[in-house]
Amino acid sequence: MRHQLATFKLDDCLYGIDVSRVQEALRMQAHTPVPHAPKGVAGLVNLRGQVVLLVDLRVRLGREAFGEDDEPMMMVVKVDGEPVSLLVDQVGDVLEIDASRYGSPPPTLEPALRDFVTGVYSLDDDLLLALDVDLAAQV
Amino acid sequence: MDAMDEIVREFVVESYENLDQLDSDLVALESEVGSRSLLSSVFRTIHTIKGTSGFLGFGALEGVTHVGESLLAELRDGKREMDQRTTDVLLTMVDCVREILGAIEATGAEGDLDTTTVVAAIQAVLDGEEAPAAEAPAASSAPAPVLPAKPAAVLPAAPAAAAEPVEPEPAPEPTAAEEAPVRSATESSIRVDVEVLDALMRHVGELVLARNAMTSIAAELDDPALVHATQRLALIATELQQGVMKTRMQPIDNVWSKVPRMVRDISASLGRQVRLDMIGKETELDRGVLEAIKDPLTHLIRNAIDHGIEAPEQRTAAGKPAQGVLTLRAYHQGGQVVIEIADDGKGIDPQAIAAKAVERGLRSAADVADLAPQDVFQLLFLPGFSTAEKVTHVSGRGVGMDVVKTKVDAIGGVVDVQSTVGVGTTWRLRIPLTLAIMPALTVECAAETYAIPQINLLELLAIDDKQTGVEYVGEAPVFRLRGRLLPLVDLRDVLDRTPRESLVGAVIAVMHADGGRFGLLVDHVRNTEEIVAKPISAAVKGIGLYAGATLLGDGSVTLILDIPAVARRALELQEAIGDDREAVVAETGATEQMLIVSVGEDRQVAMPMGMVTRLERFPMDVLERVSGSLVMQYRGRITPVVDLAQILGMGTTFREELAVVVCQRGDRSVALVADEVVDIVECATEDRSEVSGFGLLGSIIVRGRVTELLDLETTVRDADARFYDAQDAELVGVGSEH
Repeated sequence: MRHQLATFKLDDCLYGIDVSRVQEALRMQAHTPVPHAPKGVAGLVNLRGQVVLLVDLRVRLGREAFGEDDEPMMMVVKVDGEPVSLLVDQVGDVLEIDASRYGSPPPTLEPALRDFVTGVYSLDDDLLLALDVDLAAQV
Repeated sequence: MDAMDEIVREFVVESYENLDQLDSDLVALESEVGSRSLLSSVFRTIHTIKGTSGFLGFGALEGVTHVGESLLAELRDGKREMDQRTTDVLLTMVDCVREILGAIEATGAEGDLDTTTVVAAIQAVLDGEEAPAAEAPAASSAPAPVLPAKPAAVLPAAPAAAAEPVEPEPAPEPTAAEEAPVRSATESSIRVDVEVLDALMRHVGELVLARNAMTSIAAELDDPALVHATQRLALIATELQQGVMKTRMQPIDNVWSKVPRMVRDISASLGRQVRLDMIGKETELDRGVLEAIKDPLTHLIRNAIDHGIEAPEQRTAAGKPAQGVLTLRAYHQGGQVVIEIADDGKGIDPQAIAAKAVERGLRSAADVADLAPQDVFQLLFLPGFSTAEKVTHVSGRGVGMDVVKTKVDAIGGVVDVQSTVGVGTTWRLRIPLTLAIMPALTVECAAETYAIPQINLLELLAIDDKQTGVEYVGEAPVFRLRGRLLPLVDLRDVLDRTPRESLVGAVIAVMHADGGRFGLLVDHVRNTEEIVAKPISAAVKGIGLYAGATLLGDGSVTLILDIPAVARRALELQEAIGDDREAVVAETGATEQMLIVSVGEDRQVAMPMGMVTRLERFPMDVLERVSGSLVMQYRGRITPVVDLAQILGMGTTFREELAVVVCQRGDRSVALVADEVVDIVECATEDRSEVSGFGLLGSIIVRGRVTELLDLETTVRDADARFYDAQDAELVGVGSEH
């Protein structure tokens, strides 16, 4: 059995999300900040007439928030049927990986990631962290 | 009589629909023998028709459906198997019912259709008679072996025709023969799933947003053709919006119709004598809104009888008629629906309220001492406040007006109360016409845009260079507005934005929320536009400051402020100010007499009355175009005409009759045309918002409506450059003739 994963980079780490959860990947768009929003909410964005929440995944994963000069990309995922846009450094390819390469996360995984990473795929030259989308997108 | 017709009509429409369903259900039953759900559905339909026809006195119809029901009951209860003969006889019954309905629809009566054969046929099946044996009476039970293609044809009612049942031709087609000019009930109304209407409304909402986008692009490009096309689009979008809204509208009477009984019961149980007056029953509201106000309305009515209207002996002693009057009134005003519940009872004593609030520990004695009566009444809306001396089963269980307020808040409405001791109390609900599309004001705060629902807005004021009117109570700024101090809340503080350096140039949006007033300080006002509230993620909703988000013309997302929530947040910020914020002080502030005219459907323009010479009415055709400019002949002179609709950027619309405002100076005059003269009011014009376009000084609020303040001097000079050259001495009399 093979798993299809949409991948993206964040701080040189490679992450993967089950491809069926991903609606689309887009370049960063103009967004509206939301005063008093919980940490990790980067704002609201107009996605073809729909108001979509923008989540700064860096903040969610315990990193420093995206700054003014960064040019993140948006990965729009479906959570409870509603689109949520995740801000990531760089959207990568869709990979098809054999299920046998999947394993539980290594104990060395940093604590900030532990809650969000459900497992690890060992690639030939890299590790792919499988992200729990629901948890990551839920602010 | 009319009401009766209405009932019959509804009955006919409903029954026709059910019969269509029945036809297919019965046919389906043949293949799905014994399907419980199908049988139940068929049974219910016939049962309903039987019940209603009995109630309406349609004996023949009741007779037919009665036997049919018996047969169906046996089928449903499994006492009998569905076979072709049963199906046939049931279909015959359906046809018979349809025919009777046709007669009822056409004449209002059943007519003299003979139903005995059908009844007998069904009875025969019921009694278990063999099909072939059922010759004469059950002739119609043996029609076509195949299901009748034209159902109406099979049952030609008259026994003679029933003798040759296989022939579809003999059908006299009674309904077709009576091809009356009036559309039949089924044609003139259809039932539509509310889902469909909701979807339509959402699409119209999107269209409104797209139109807003077009309008802002057109304004930028300044291409006449584009502007023209956009105006047309705007017009059509508006009409469509109104049309779709209309489909969702229901008269308030749908809720009110239950009130008389309720009032009767409550007053009887409390020993009160109450006359109920209902005015404006036909006032229409969005069905969603209607649903939402049901409970608050009920509560207010109970409350009015329980706490408002006194017992007869008390009333007589107070010199009032023993019978109290409860008045429900509904009307449309400025894009909102106003619902009043008024009683002529004992009124609410502000002191009793204040005392109770202190007693309940909701406010301190010092807090309430300085409150104006109007503000005291707001205490009624506090959770945990109930003034009932004793708890009754009708009202007063400690859950009170706060529940009403919460419900009204939830649909973006506002509730307030006016009361005079010994005279009576009026509760007033202001409810938006629809929940889907709302008029809003867009404001800027720290370079970000926010939308404020118009329903919360009372007026707009600009702070001038000298900060006239701004005072400080401790640290907190207040604004002296027509003699009262208005607490100021800076949106920048509420939203945690860069603090404001100076108040100069800021705009105060006077807001009405939670029954109180406060001034919301914003950087400036952008526009008024119709917005569509889009659902927002729970993460944003949970912040508790935003009612939703919307898209502006430029496609950007804008948060809609939840004004009552902002008020509460601000209150937390400003605890220090205390309750003396609204202390009444001497009346100050210069006011000016303003003439208010309406332009188009919903715009108002104000101009200083002092510069107006005369008000006239003329038919539209007095206007003439001379080399591109509008003129009219007025008192023997060619007078330049300014169409206020154009000043407002609306384009000229056709009007049967014009309201003409004439400004005259010496022998020169300029005419301004509008739709209607609305009023002449006193108002403070320095309390205005920012400049919003050529010929306009900004906007003010007059009686709760945004009104553009016309720069009359510039407008007149633009129409006639030499107007002000005329001799001052020859100024003609001021505005007394109208």
